Amino acid sequence: MSHTLTNITLKIWRQDGPDGQGRFETHQIPQISDEASFLEMLDILNERLIEEGREAIVFDHDCREGICGTCSLMIDGQAHGPQQGAATCQLHMRTFSSGDEIVIEPWRATAFPIIKDLMVSRAPLDRIVESGGFITAPTGGAPDANLIPIPKPVSDAAMDNAACIGCGACVAACPNGAASLFTSAKLTHLNLLPQGQAERYKRAEAMVETMEDHFGSCTNHGECSSACPKEISIDAIAIMNTDYRKSKTKNRRALSRR
Amino acid sequence: MTLNLDSKVPEGPMADKWSSYVADQKLVNPSNKRKFKIIVVGTGLAGASAAASFGELGYEVESFTFHDSPRRAHSIAAQGGINAAKNYQGDGDSIHRLFYDTVKGGDFRSREANVHRLAEVSVDIIDQMVAQGVPFAREYGGLLDNRSFGGAQVSRTFYARGQTGQQLLLGAYQQLSRQIGLGNVKLWNRIEMVDVVNIDGRCAGIVTRDLMTGEVRSHAAHAVVLATGGYGNAFYLSTNAMACNATAAWRAHRRGAGFANPSYTQIHPTCIPQADEFQSKLTLMSESLRNDGRIWVPKDPDETRKAADVPEDERDYYLERIYPSFGNLAPRDVSSRAAKRAVDAGQGVGPLKNGVYLDFADAINRLGVNVIKERYGNLFDMYERITGENPYEMPMRIYPASHYTMGGLWVDYELQTTIPGLFAAGEANFSDHGANRLGASALMQGLSDGYFVLPYTIAPYLSELLNKPIPDETHEAFAAAEEEARDRYQGYLEIGGTKTPDHFHRELGKIIWDYCGMDRSQVGLEKALAEIPALHEEFKKDLRVTGDGASLNQTLEKAARVDDFFELGILMCKDALIREESCGGHFRSEHQTDEGEAMRNDDDFAHVTAWEWSGDPSNPIENREPLVYEVVEFATRSYK
Repeated sequence: MSHTLTNITLKIWRQDGPDGQGRFETHQIPQISDEASFLEMLDILNERLIEEGREAIVFDHDCREGICGTCSLMIDGQAHGPQQGAATCQLHMRTFSSGDEIVIEPWRATAFPIIKDLMVSRAPLDRIVESGGFITAPTGGAPDANLIPIPKPVSDAAMDNAACIGCGACVAACPNGAASLFTSAKLTHLNLLPQGQAERYKRAEAMVETMEDHFGSCTNHGECSSACPKEISIDAIAIMNTDYRKSKTKNRRALSRR
Repeated sequence: MTLNLDSKVPEGPMADKWSSYVADQKLVNPSNKRKFKIIVVGTGLAGASAAASFGELGYEVESFTFHDSPRRAHSIAAQGGINAAKNYQGDGDSIHRLFYDTVKGGDFRSREANVHRLAEVSVDIIDQMVAQGVPFAREYGGLLDNRSFGGAQVSRTFYARGQTGQQLLLGAYQQLSRQIGLGNVKLWNRIEMVDVVNIDGRCAGIVTRDLMTGEVRSHAAHAVVLATGGYGNAFYLSTNAMACNATAAWRAHRRGAGFANPSYTQIHPTCIPQADEFQSKLTLMSESLRNDGRIWVPKDPDETRKAADVPEDERDYYLERIYPSFGNLAPRDVSSRAAKRAVDAGQGVGPLKNGVYLDFADAINRLGVNVIKERYGNLFDMYERITGENPYEMPMRIYPASHYTMGGLWVDYELQTTIPGLFAAGEANFSDHGANRLGASALMQGLSDGYFVLPYTIAPYLSELLNKPIPDETHEAFAAAEEEARDRYQGYLEIGGTKTPDHFHRELGKIIWDYCGMDRSQVGLEKALAEIPALHEEFKKDLRVTGDGASLNQTLEKAARVDDFFELGILMCKDALIREESCGGHFRSEHQTDEGEAMRNDDDFAHVTAWEWSGDPSNPIENREPLVYEVVEFATRSYK
């Protein structure tokens, strides 16, 4: 059965634009059902703000079932809030108690400039994928899908890493603002599969170096993995580092061109 | 009737139509391809796969998404799987069988030749996606695994855990990203399409609005592809993502594109019921749960005991009772209506009495909790996260919700709308699912259109334009459309009323759900057709949008989308009103058998209704494309 929470205080980051001076704004939620999702609470607040003639708080969100990776909030200093293995949109108010004060901020990372209020740009993640996060397989001419048997454990491990939703929580949680978990999840997905072998080391080199153009360096804190809504293992980073090191000798053509 | 609804279905036997089309089509020479610019709006399965394929072929491509990244499109949320006639299980599947099942599942209201092509290319899709590295589920021997789905008699569904849509979309997104990285496709993100521009009888480009800056500008092209999804959010509450909207398709309709069968909407039976008035969206629980869960309601509407305490003989397992041969696996439209009947009879369960039980107690007793956990663990966790109830201990509560829209922009065999040069793909078009879509067929259609149909069917159109100058963005028609768009958005800001866009969306959704949802009647639809325009008038007078139009403003974005849902909602009801029969997702209470089953009228309604914009949303013009069946014979669907 549903219960009602009372007297929730929200401290929400507001910022007019990328160059604006940010500030915390305090809002009271006198009562809210514990059936409400966290984002529905923000919806209700926004409707109230509009009715009062004020501008609604900007935040990114879309599917509201934890799969599109659009939502992105630091809640009490934790990426996607206190619930393990879940995105912000999967968080419900029953996780909180009456009288709580909740601090809501955008992702904080140099590579993710704030667009407005709680919304940031995560465009560098797309640049990493564009540089090599794919298997070159133009449309048409693919061999029969059952031609290459793939051991189930390999396929399962690839899937574990392919589950990344690209939300950027790993970057936001990292004290260095590194994107190692994001990059290594994609690399591990593709590099484990037989179809991915032809471009394995080229891919590793290109993605890692594009990543380094935008993001900080990994020092194995492991915050990324514990913030990850899909609980992707930090093992992926070890696989990435191994493949990257090998790429420096295996990509000899690339080396010889320099 | 003034729309040209020539379907351009090729001559010849059904099984040869597509191959002879491909063999006979006009081609564009590789060195000429770069002279053609193609705009693709939307980056879901259809849009991303089309843009990537065009880029690979050498066209100049511009891809538009209103998300921050192409990977966010709502194709990503599809859970169950993708059908393909591979017959890997040796259980008797074939292209013909998939074709037949899809035509029958669509209740004989789809275009045969399109469906056959879909079944043909389904096998190529699986090959293509595996080559791209999509981690489909596998057997221990390393070959691909399949499961049965949605009442099919064969196992033809390929899946990647409960995240098939995600993995397929990421595959297409990665192919698109490769083309972006190579410079073959230019990506425009956080840019929304707000209009289509036609010059001299052909589509000359689009007008967009930059969501970050409010800048309105034009983009000229030789051809435009709309892959902008469906309109399920017209109901307000649906399983669609929050931003899904009909604006691109609706604006194209207002510029002359026929809108086909808007009343064909799919209400999915297994969603988590609404918990409260403020709820923003509904969540789907995979249809696969119906393989082991039993659906029931208490016989007594005043039942107050906990589910487990209700004795067996006081429960109504209504699907098993009414449809003994299909039981809990009856198709989506049939199951949804049965749930509605139970809830309407006061037998609903849960605090708001708005759901039915999906009970796993028998399955847990029979198979043990571990087997159930292995099969559905992630879904059970998801359910518990949302409702706070543990489905291992008490039955799930489910209720139908808007999920998919079969209707959409009318397209011919080449996926071209009634505006030359404007194409529509994926859920945005109407072509392949008829009046009801089978499970695991949406992913198939999106990828079919984008990878394997459009790259062929766009060439004949483009080849006609070779070396002919096309109007650029300075043409007065672009300037006029931009001005119109600026005025439109400024207009919302200036109303200065009292109510939010969400308020109106919620009220609109209630009307459409009540009168144009699972059960429709002449009286109800006429009521809706009076109420929607009245509410729209109120919207125009009493809307309040705060903020400005020159910076990011989600309230303003929403207002424009809701405005278009109003006009589309009227069309949905009109379409439902004149279709005096029940077929697939369209159920008219006047047209049912004595046992409450759908009654189709093939003599009068074996046609596509393609609506033409008249300038007045309440008086659209009806056009018809007759559906001629060469191979399949009409039959009554029965699941008893």
